[in-house]
Amino acid sequence: MLSVKHLLGIREITAEDIALIFRTADNFKQVLQRPIKKVPSLRDTTVANVFFENSTRTRLSFELAEKRLGADVVNFSASSSSVSKGETLIDTVKNILAMKVDMVVMRHAASGAPWFLANHINASIINAGDGTNEHPTQALLDAYSMREKIGDLNGKHIAIIGDIMHSRVALSNIYCLTKLGAKVTVAGPPTLIPKHIQSMGVRVEYNLKKALEWCDVANVLRIQLERQHKPLFSTLREYALYYGVSRSMLDSLNKEILIMHPGPINRGVELNSDVADSGQSIILDQVENGVAIRMAVVYLLSGKRDNIE
Amino acid sequence: MKTLLNNIQLQLTLQRLAHQLVENHNNFSNTVIIGIQPRGILLSDRIVKMVKTITCNNNISYGKLDITFYRDDVHTTSDIQLPSETDISFNIEGKRVILIDDVLHTGRTIRSAMDALIDFGRPAGVELLVLVDRRFSRELPIHPDYTGYTVDTILTQKVKVYWQEKDGKDEVVLIDKK
Repeated sequence: MLSVKHLLGIREITAEDIALIFRTADNFKQVLQRPIKKVPSLRDTTVANVFFENSTRTRLSFELAEKRLGADVVNFSASSSSVSKGETLIDTVKNILAMKVDMVVMRHAASGAPWFLANHINASIINAGDGTNEHPTQALLDAYSMREKIGDLNGKHIAIIGDIMHSRVALSNIYCLTKLGAKVTVAGPPTLIPKHIQSMGVRVEYNLKKALEWCDVANVLRIQLERQHKPLFSTLREYALYYGVSRSMLDSLNKEILIMHPGPINRGVELNSDVADSGQSIILDQVENGVAIRMAVVYLLSGKRDNIE
Repeated sequence: MKTLLNNIQLQLTLQRLAHQLVENHNNFSNTVIIGIQPRGILLSDRIVKMVKTITCNNNISYGKLDITFYRDDVHTTSDIQLPSETDISFNIEGKRVILIDDVLHTGRTIRSAMDALIDFGRPAGVELLVLVDRRFSRELPIHPDYTGYTVDTILTQKVKVYWQEKDGKDEVVLIDKK
């Protein structure tokens, strides 16, 4: 059993929870290989996907996961809703729950929004990304994909490269990987790495080449221009020159490392096309595993419903 | 606690079941065997081994089916059920399928198993083999085609099958629970 009722962040779950989610995801991955990629476990469950921020991959992945578990799904996006008329977060979600929804998957631009919601409603909440804080299912599918390629992550070297400051993927990845025993280095320009991040048990590296030489897996993050309210590097071209991962740089290493990216990719900025589309890149495996991981999370949390009523 | 089948009786029963299968399915050219996880596969492992010896056919298609995601009580029990592995590496389309489980009680597991099975294709037919049939306790219209032992029980009792491989002994017992 999971030790939590909601999946708000990786910070709150244990290594045992992560192992259980991975084990369950193995079973769902096998279901996804069948001619009928669907099981009826959650046909008595309704899930609302509440997205206050744009998303393609995560939302599609959650929706597919829920549908393949047999759940009913309602989708909600802030841009086409009463939120634009000034409705508050709690009112919006309480109204959705009044229509007998059992579980809420939420993405919100404000860090901490799902925690706030968890204090006010009874349904299980899955955080699909909150501001610059956490994106737990992304971290789970990242670690699951790494484990699938290089085995147990205990002692493995993982580099997280790019915009650490604004990235919820980075934070969740750090929590998840360190809980699994991996050694983590964050790399990027000094302006994009938060102060005191070493206190989370990670190393900091400002030189991309050195970080790549050290690691077994490089998880390259997107430059989040929409969250940068003041200039933190001079131009994208300069960033690409110093921190973009290119074919020639990978070829100059004396080993083959795995390249990951949570998407969407800024091609030619943090990742060149000749890297993103190469055999070293497992970006599409990440997307494939995303559905299995989300099926596992939704399935395991759906059992927590009895405590509510 | 009462012993229903001891070691020797269990061996005889298993031999009989294996022979009955061979009688109806000849060399198993169009028949596949599928055990139900988790406890049914301990029985199906034994049966498959015996059938292979009797038919001298080592290429019998044998799979394992987990039915956790097909249960009708996912949210009525207090804890969510955790799945075991499903391993069906062959096509069941047009095949005769023999489902194997250790104890048949309410019939709900078999109902789930048939739903799960249909998601893999359309078999020509499905038969059911069980080691112990707790008759008169069925909640669904399901009947076994091959039965090892039939027993009359009440709801508070439990039938437990022990296997050498897993539990260190071969025995079938009836347990009275408070």
